[in-house]
Amino acid sequence: MSEESIISLKNVNKWFGDFHVLQDVNLEVKKKERIVVCGPSGSGKSTMIRCINRLEEHQEGSIVVDGIELTGNLKNIDNVRKEVGMVFQQFNLFPHLSVKENITLAPIWVKKMPKAEAEELAMRQLEIVKIPEQANKYPGQLSGGQQQRVAIARSLAMNPNIMLFDEPTSALDPEMIKEVLDVMVDLANGGMTMIVVTHEMGFAKTVADRMVFMDEGKIVEEASPDKFFNNPDSDRTKLFLSQILHQ
Amino acid sequence: MNEINQVRKPPVATTGIIGWFRINLFFNWTNSLITLFVIYCLYQFIPWILDWTIFSADFKYNYLGEQITNQEMCSRNLDPENGGACWAVIYVRFYQFIYGFYPKVEVWRVNVAYVMLAVALLPLLYTQLPYRKYFLYFTYIFPVIAYFLLNGGLGFTEVSTNKWGGLLVTLVLGCTGIALAFPIGIMLALGRRSKLPVISMMCTLFIEFIRGVPLITLLFFGMVMLPLFLPEGIDMDGLVRVLVAVTLFQSAYMAEVIRGGLQAIPPGQYEAAKSLGMSYWRMNLLIVLPQAIRISIPPIVNTSIGLFKDTTLVIIVGILDLLGIGRGTLADTNWLGLSYEIYFFVSLVFFIFTFGMSRYSLYLEKKLKTGINMGAD
Ligand SMILES: Nc1ncnc2c1ncn2[C@@H]1O[C@H](COP(=O)(O)OP(=O)(O)OP(=O)(O)O)[C@@H](O)[C@H]1O
Ligand SMILES: [Mg+2]
Repeated sequence: MSEESIISLKNVNKWFGDFHVLQDVNLEVKKKERIVVCGPSGSGKSTMIRCINRLEEHQEGSIVVDGIELTGNLKNIDNVRKEVGMVFQQFNLFPHLSVKENITLAPIWVKKMPKAEAEELAMRQLEIVKIPEQANKYPGQLSGGQQQRVAIARSLAMNPNIMLFDEPTSALDPEMIKEVLDVMVDLANGGMTMIVVTHEMGFAKTVADRMVFMDEGKIVEEASPDKFFNNPDSDRTKLFLSQILHQ
Repeated sequence: MNEINQVRKPPVATTGIIGWFRINLFFNWTNSLITLFVIYCLYQFIPWILDWTIFSADFKYNYLGEQITNQEMCSRNLDPENGGACWAVIYVRFYQFIYGFYPKVEVWRVNVAYVMLAVALLPLLYTQLPYRKYFLYFTYIFPVIAYFLLNGGLGFTEVSTNKWGGLLVTLVLGCTGIALAFPIGIMLALGRRSKLPVISMMCTLFIEFIRGVPLITLLFFGMVMLPLFLPEGIDMDGLVRVLVAVTLFQSAYMAEVIRGGLQAIPPGQYEAAKSLGMSYWRMNLLIVLPQAIRISIPPIVNTSIGLFKDTTLVIIVGILDLLGIGRGTLADTNWLGLSYEIYFFVSLVFFIFTFGMSRYSLYLEKKLKTGINMGAD
């Protein structure tokens, strides 16, 4: 069972109009694996991980998450979304709710958790992301780094098996990037299955089990971090790495 | 060092009362000229209006000390040099202005309904109200209570709606129209943005049709055509027909206003809600609508004020609201020629209500802006 993939993309194709954004994408992710996805802008990284929790719909191929195939079946989509948490580049906190309410909302309404229990859970999640003192503030009153940590806590409160991160630190000032990455490293060490789109190569080297490099809608290279950074097969990967490491 | 640290005060002439006057009223010579002109106009107008409405006005008795029972007894008709407004007409017809032709023995029911309306509005107006939750329950059941109180049933004698009139009709139309149009408008706005083409097309058609037709036409439509759509034998009350027309009209406008608010919600909000496993309805009720409605408060209040005033159009289909009673009074030979007084009074009542709504919207905006910083992105 442990050898089996928890996420499996087979020959996934997707078009935006005429634009072929995902071309025969194949990806297998095992339980507790940490995958880091990188690649140039517009290569389809976001689109790929957004297909995994059906924020985008793929048109060909199959995507199976924790044994549930993603089709038009709404029940399946709901079930997959309960398994998968997602963190966005722009945080996407709910600005009309306090930090605590942001976190308790889904447990109370989706999981039917009693309010007191949900609040206790929220405080525990805030301890994990190290900002329990911000519980009663509103998102607009927090720094970017704090907001992103609240967003992580909000996802974790739904107790997902898988976490997707779409460039979680790209919208942050440099001095806040570390506080968010630290939380993600803790999460990885705790055994969470993670797919992270990021250009933070330091993070990738310490955390990733496997690197995935995308270009023009295809997965061009898939390798262990060691091989990926020191001896990649593809010329495009070499070019990308030289650009990103020497800027 | 000391010199640098000294606090520099702004030039005297830009602060305080003198500064305010200088900057706002006498900034340059055109500005000063306009200020002087406005002051002159106010100087001419204010004493005159105060004199006419209060100091020289008759309230119940004319200047001879007689109780006024018709327009000939008004001071200004007895002695054109001497009199101001003749408010006696309002005094004598006050009952009709407030209750229409509601039977006197049953009028306590209207009074109770007025008081209950005020109580029902309380929790909506003051969110800090103690025991707000229980007040809100009352607000929800108030329409049912009000229906039985005003119309009859449950042991109350029936008072047919053609006896209702004046402020009663204005408030019933305004409050019901606004209260019903709000949820219907929300559904229409969501429907219009729906991904299901049939629903979206139907909502769009409905909104565009209703918005493209004058309210008067809808009122005639309600009066004449609505009964044709009903199964035979069911007779629809005249006031209800008008209410349907008014509610449909207001719903279409409300829908567009709320749709405007929905469009301002960034797609990331939807994505975050979905990724947390929320269903369509949860997402809209908990995440999207609270933000969209907050943004739309000024236009929501604006269309509501518009509707409140537009209810006066029901006079066309023979229902006597506040303005209708006013015009009826004017047609009475006893009170011929008192149009200033009557229109002034009717305007004043409308102004009190609409000004209240406008202040309420300002209060809401301020509260939401200061309480919650929505400037996340
Ligand atoms: N909703 C959409 N409609 C049409 N085209 C889209 C849409 N979303 C993305 N695209 C296009 O698809 C391509 C891939 O987009 P995607 O966001 O997946 O790239 P990315 O690898 O995440 O890039 P970045 O590093 O800039 O985030 C881009 O060329 C983009 O313009
Ligand atoms: Mg992206």
